[in-house]
Amino acid sequence: MPDHISSAYDAELQDLRRNVSEMGGVAEKMLTEATDALVRRDTPLAQAVIGADARLDVLQRETEEQAILTLVRRQPMAIDLRETVAAIRTSGDLERIGDLAKNIAKRVMAVSGQFQPQKIVVGVQHMSDLALGQLKDVLDAYAQKDDRAALDVWQRDGAIDALYTSLFRELLTYMMEDPRNITFCTHLLFAAKNIERIGDHTTNIAETVHYLVTGENLAGERPKNDRSSFETIEAET
Amino acid sequence: MNQRVEVAAPVVAAGSDDARGRPIKIVNRDVNVWYGDKRALHDVSIDIPDRAVTAFIGPSGCGKSTFLRCMNRMNDTIPSARVTGTIEIDGQDIHDRSLDVVQLRARVGMVFQKPNPFAKSIYENVAYGPRIHGLARSKAELDAIVEQSLKRAALWDEAKDRLSQPGTGLSGGQQQRLCIARAIAVDPEVILMDEPASALDPIATARIEDLIDELRQNYTIVIVTHNMQQAARVSQRTAFFHLGKLVEEASTERMFTAPRDKRTQDYITGRFG
Repeated sequence: MPDHISSAYDAELQDLRRNVSEMGGVAEKMLTEATDALVRRDTPLAQAVIGADARLDVLQRETEEQAILTLVRRQPMAIDLRETVAAIRTSGDLERIGDLAKNIAKRVMAVSGQFQPQKIVVGVQHMSDLALGQLKDVLDAYAQKDDRAALDVWQRDGAIDALYTSLFRELLTYMMEDPRNITFCTHLLFAAKNIERIGDHTTNIAETVHYLVTGENLAGERPKNDRSSFETIEAET
Repeated sequence: MNQRVEVAAPVVAAGSDDARGRPIKIVNRDVNVWYGDKRALHDVSIDIPDRAVTAFIGPSGCGKSTFLRCMNRMNDTIPSARVTGTIEIDGQDIHDRSLDVVQLRARVGMVFQKPNPFAKSIYENVAYGPRIHGLARSKAELDAIVEQSLKRAALWDEAKDRLSQPGTGLSGGQQQRLCIARAIAVDPEVILMDEPASALDPIATARIEDLIDELRQNYTIVIVTHNMQQAARVSQRTAFFHLGKLVEEASTERMFTAPRDKRTQDYITGRFG
C-alpha cells in the first residue's frame, strides 16, 4: 500500500500497530507464565505475572489515547478508519486477557501449600495451551492482515469450550470424591473459566481482523461448545 | 411541467444500502464531454436516486463539476463544450429538441460555490424566478411562495423582518441559504450543488448541511464536494471521479469504510496514487 501524503499520518498508524503488537506479546507471556505457575505451584512466578499486568494497562490507555488523537487529527477513512477502530477494539480485548491471566496467578497464590492432585492440573494446562496457540495465531493474523488465518482461529474456539465443559465435569467429580479437594478444585475451575473467556476474547480479535481486512462484520453465530451451564452430576447413593 | 412524475421502476439496485428501493430520478448513460479537443469526461453512466443526496467526490479537474453541469445543460453556455450520451430525468431525454432548456433549469436548480445573490432585495431574489415562470397569479400567492421558500431554506426567521433589504447585505452563510431559497422558489425536482459550503465557516456549513438533510425529503440532490467528511455526513450515495472517469459508486457508508477500488481508497485516505 502506498504511503500517505502526510508522513506523520503513517507514523501515527505505525505507532498504533506497534502498541497493539507489544500488548499481544505481554498478554501471551502472562498467560504462559500464569499457567506454568499453576502447574509448578511457583508463587514467585505468579507474583511476576500479577506485576506484569500494570504494563498492559498502561499500553491499553496509550493505544486508546493515540487512536482518539488519530480520529481527531486525521478523520481516517476506509482502511485507515478500520485500522484505528481495530486497534481500539483489540487493545481492549488484550487488556481483558491480561486481567484474566492475572486472576489465574492470584489463584496460584491462594492455593499454594494446599494438597493438589497433579493430574487435575493437566487438564487446565491443556486448555491453556490451546488458548495460547489461538492467541498466537490471531495476533499473527492481525499483524499480517490475514483474514483466512483469523477465520481459522474463529472456527476453532469451539475446541476450548468443549474442553472446558469436560473439565467442569471432571472437577465436580473430584470434589464429590473428597471434600478436601473442594478449595483447590474451585480455584482450578475459575482458572479454567478464565481461560475459556480468554478464548472468547481471542475470537473477538479474530472478528476484528476480519473487519479490518474486509470492512465487513462477521455474521452468524460463532461455534460454541460451552455446555457447562447445563451440567449436573448426581451424587451416588 | 412542475408536477413530480412518480416512476414505479426502475429502482436502484439492491446492495446500494441507503438508497435501496428508491426510484431512479436521473439516468445517465455514456456521458462524454469535450472542451474543444480535450475530453473532460469519459463514458459516465450513473443512476441518481430520487429524493436522496448523491455526492460526487474526486481531485480537482476529475470531471465531477463538469458532469454535474451536464444534468441541467449548463455546459451549453460554454461555446467549446460538446456533450454526448443520454441523460434522462423521469424518462425524459434532456437533450430532446422539444425540451425548453429554461424550463429544464427550473426543474433542475443549481447552487454554486460562491453565494451569488442578485443585487436586489431579499424578497426580489426569491420572487424573481416564480414571477418569470408565471408561478404566481397574485401578489398574495407570490408572497406565499417567498415565505415558503425562505422557510424551506431555513432563512425565514432571520430574514422575515428585512425582506426589502439587499440580499448582498446578508452574511455568507445566509446568502448561500438565500440562493437555495431562490432555487427552491421555482419548485424544482432536482437541486445540483457545486461545493455549496466551501466558502463558509463551520457553523454556516453545519446549517447548510442540516438544510440539505431536510431538503432531501422533497428534492433529489446532487452535491459536489472536496470535503469528504461532508460527503460522508450529508449523502446516501457517493461517486468517486478520477481523470474524467467514474471510478466507483456505492452507498456512502461503504464508500468511506470499505471502498472496493484501490484508486478510491488511495484518494479518500490521502495516499499517493
